[in-house]
Amino acid sequence: MASESAPARQILAAPRRVLRFGPTERAFHWIHAAGFTVMTGTGVVMYLPALSARISDRPTLKAIHLTAAVLWVAALVVVPLLGDRRALRAAVRQLETFDADDRRWLLGPGRHRRRGPGWRARIPQGRFNAAEKAHSIVQAALAVLFVVSGVLLWLGERDTAFRLPGTIPLHDGAMFVALVLVAGHVYLSLVHPPTKPAMRGMLTGEVDADWAEAHHPKWDAPPADAPPPGYDAARRSRPGAAPVVAALGVATTAVLVVVLVVL
Amino acid sequence: MSAPLPTPDDAEGRPVGRRAFLGIVGVGVSSLLWGGVATRWLSDASSALPSSLQSVVPGGTGWRIYSVNPPFPTYDPTTWRLTVDGLVERPRTFTMAQLQALPRADQTTDFHCVTGWSVPDVHWAGVRFADLLAAVGVSPAAGAIEFASAEEPYVDSLTLEQARAPDAMLAYEMDHGPISREHGAPARLVVPQMYGYKGVKWVSRITLTAQASDGYWEQRGYDRDAYVGGSNGV
Repeated sequence: MASESAPARQILAAPRRVLRFGPTERAFHWIHAAGFTVMTGTGVVMYLPALSARISDRPTLKAIHLTAAVLWVAALVVVPLLGDRRALRAAVRQLETFDADDRRWLLGPGRHRRRGPGWRARIPQGRFNAAEKAHSIVQAALAVLFVVSGVLLWLGERDTAFRLPGTIPLHDGAMFVALVLVAGHVYLSLVHPPTKPAMRGMLTGEVDADWAEAHHPKWDAPPADAPPPGYDAARRSRPGAAPVVAALGVATTAVLVVVLVVL
Repeated sequence: MSAPLPTPDDAEGRPVGRRAFLGIVGVGVSSLLWGGVATRWLSDASSALPSSLQSVVPGGTGWRIYSVNPPFPTYDPTTWRLTVDGLVERPRTFTMAQLQALPRADQTTDFHCVTGWSVPDVHWAGVRFADLLAAVGVSPAAGAIEFASAEEPYVDSLTLEQARAPDAMLAYEMDHGPISREHGAPARLVVPQMYGYKGVKWVSRITLTAQASDGYWEQRGYDRDAYVGGSNGV
C-alpha cells in the first residue's frame, strides 16, 4: 500500500505523483461536463422568458441543445466502446461500493465516537471518498432522467399524447438538483483548499502523492513515475487518448448527419 | 459487515451505489406521473416567492405565467375598452358588457406551451371571431387580425382563416369565472391548435390588416403559424 511505503522521499525537486484517472475516465468526465454546460446554458435561456426575449433565437438554441444532447449520449456510448473499459469498470465498481468507513463518512461517526471538527478527515477513504461516490451515483441517475424526460419533450412536440404531466417537472427538477451538485463540485475542485489538488487528477491524470495519502489513505495508488519530460507521459496517454479522439470524431460525424437530417 | 481490512478499497463493501442509482432513476421516472400533482401543491409555497421567480415555477394548476413587461396590466372595468379597427367597415370600441352581449361560446380545450408543458381541459367562454367581426364588418381587403396586449410591446396576429377556427375565441371567462389578472384579465385570445404564445393576454386592441405580421415571439425566432405538433422545429 502506498501509505506503507510513504516515508521514502527520493527527489526533493519533483513532487511524487500517483495516477488517479486514465484518459478514458477523463474523457468520460469532460464529455459529461461539456454536455452539461452546453445544455444547461441553452436550456436556461429557452426556459427563462426574460432570457428568451433577450437572446431571442429559439431555433438556434434548440438546435444546439438537441445537438449537444445527441453528441453527449453518443459520446457516452462510444467512449467506453473504444476506450479502456477495464479502467471504467474498476471506477464504477469503486464508486458504487460503500464500505463501513463510507457509511460513517456519510451518515456520521456513530454514537460512541466523537464528532468534533474535522471528524470526516479522520475516516480513511479509498480512491474515491464517500461524497465523491454519492455524487457520481446521483449524477449518473440524473443523466438517465435527463435523457428520459428530454426524449419525452422531443416526442411531445410531435404528438401531444407524449406530454405527460411530470415531464417538465422532471426535466426541471433534475436540472435544479444537478446545478446544485455541479456548483458544489466546481467549488470543491477550484476553490476549496483541501480538495483543490484533485483537479490536477482530472486534467492530467495524476495527483500529488502526499495529498492522496492524506485524503485517500486506503487507496492503493499506482505511482506515476516522474518521467523524462514528454516520454513516459506520452506513452501512457497515447493508447487511451487515440480511441477517445477517434470516438469523438465518429460521434461528431454521426451526430452531424443525424442533426442535418432531423432539423 | 466485515471489519475494516487492509485491502484495496474496492474489495470490500457492498454495491449499494447500484441500488441507489436504480432507486433514483425509478423515483424520477415515476415522477412523470405524479410530478404534475406534486408541483401543484408545491406551488402554494411558491406564491411567497418574488414574481420574477414565480415565472419559472409551476403555477397553481400546472400553469407557468410568463411576463414580458412586468407587472401584469390591471383591469379597471370602468375604463376598460376594447378597440376594434383597421380594415373594418365600422371601427368601434366595446365595453365588457357590450362584448358579453355578443353570442357566447363555451369550450373545453387543452393548452400547450411551446416549452413543453400543457394544461388539459381548460374551460373557456367568450366570443367567436365570426361574431365579433360581424359586429364591425370586415372589409374585403382584410386578411389578418392583429392583437395588441395592454402588456406592451406584446402583439401577435392570426390570419382571418386561423381566427375562424371552430375553437379560436376571444375569451373573457376561464374555468367558469372571469379571467384572472395573471391569465389576461379581462379578455385574451385562445387558439388551442397553436402554442400558448399565440394566445395574446390582456387584449386591448384588435386591428384588421391585409396580412399577418410577426408577433412578439415571432420577432424572436418563433414560428408565426404556431401549430401544436407542427411548428417550431417539428
